[in-house]
Amino acid sequence: MLLATLVPLQAVAFGLVALGAPLVVLTRDPLRQAIVNGIYGVSLVCLFVVLEAPDPALSMLVVSGIGYPLVILAAIARVRGHERTSDEEDR
Amino acid sequence: MSRRLRMAILGPALLGLGALFGWAIAGLPAFGDYRGPYGFVLNRLVVPLRHTTNVVMGTTFDVRGVDTMGEEFILYAAVVGVTLLLRDETAGQRAEQRTRRFGSDAVRLIGVLMVGGGILVGLWLVAFGYVTPGGGFQGGVVLAGAILLLYLAGNHRDYRPFRSERLLDPLESLGAGGYVIIGLAALASGSAFLTNLFGPGVAGKLLSGGSIPVLNWTSAIAVTCAMLLLFAEFLETYVVPLAPEDSGS
Amino acid sequence: MSYLPYAVAAWICLVGIAGIATSKNLIHLAVCLTVTQSSSYVLLLSIGYVKHGVAPIFVGTKLGTPAVDPVVQALTLTDVVVSVAVIALILALALDAHRLSKTVDPDGLADVKG
Repeated sequence: MLLATLVPLQAVAFGLVALGAPLVVLTRDPLRQAIVNGIYGVSLVCLFVVLEAPDPALSMLVVSGIGYPLVILAAIARVRGHERTSDEEDR
Repeated sequence: MSRRLRMAILGPALLGLGALFGWAIAGLPAFGDYRGPYGFVLNRLVVPLRHTTNVVMGTTFDVRGVDTMGEEFILYAAVVGVTLLLRDETAGQRAEQRTRRFGSDAVRLIGVLMVGGGILVGLWLVAFGYVTPGGGFQGGVVLAGAILLLYLAGNHRDYRPFRSERLLDPLESLGAGGYVIIGLAALASGSAFLTNLFGPGVAGKLLSGGSIPVLNWTSAIAVTCAMLLLFAEFLETYVVPLAPEDSGS
Repeated sequence: MSYLPYAVAAWICLVGIAGIATSKNLIHLAVCLTVTQSSSYVLLLSIGYVKHGVAPIFVGTKLGTPAVDPVVQALTLTDVVVSVAVIALILALALDAHRLSKTVDPDGLADVKG
């Protein structure tokens, strides 16, 4: 009974992931992209869960929740920090 | 290569790659019609042989143990690369004098509570990884994230030990090297590299899986330290929050 | 539904590659690379899926119940975590490039001489 309901869920999850990927790519501003990437990560987590893969889902959850945003945001912050200091030097 | 030329090549290249993908997909078994023998074999054998109810973990740390060692060393190599690239720069850059202490005690209280909860969840994920979903890799990231909350909640002084390379570097090496040492221990005891040592224990209990729990913990240490090192290297140069006013409180 | 999952994986891969090629920002490029990488997770887990199978965790499930392939899950789960370190390495390289060339545009790197 429960298994029969999985197929539509899987279809929806696949659809969300297929929709999320171009959204991440088309978001050109890195800061916004970090957020969209997080939402895409959650859609991947949903897909993994309905594909009966709890372990990869957990690992995707922690990675898209903690790992990616921190590393990306820190990189953005450092690029902007550089730009700010070089602006000050120019002045 | 100019931008326009690149775009001109991109279109046909994507079309060709898409066609190749279509060709490849046509040869795959239909979705849900999995045929390969290994999955069925492992699902039958891992629980009776290794007594780990989570077959995925039994696969990661036993059946596919050598491969996981390779993954751990990719992690290690990547962290070493980041360290080499960013640490050099760290020394020369002037520290940004900026304190971001939250005035609100409530934020700090909730932050500290979340640190405790996060560490508990992380340890639980690691410890029961081979019984229920979880394991060293996921638990390690949660542990690192929980420790990082110390930084976000404004307790920079408490966070300081967790960004010291002197503490993290040896621990990271211990995690990656411990995996190899357990593999070599099996070799020393007269069997093949990474053969499962110790007894299999009772299925569904913490004492199960032989050397799987030990490998699980070594990889948890390796992942936690790797994440903390990455965050430390990335955050260090930009925000140095230890201004003089911080020392008084 | 029978071949659609694989098509989704192929689609994600193509979208990611297109993003990498058209990117004007190295950080954006790195994230596009992770999107491309995620297509491999979708493909692997789709291949390992067994119709009416349960998750390969036998707590309260009788041994011998049809379950999905644990091998592809083990591959995916370690790779997901390792990918964070790899994207960190790429971003560190991007930061280094930015330090040398004062730009995050990949096209701007052509003028940099070692």
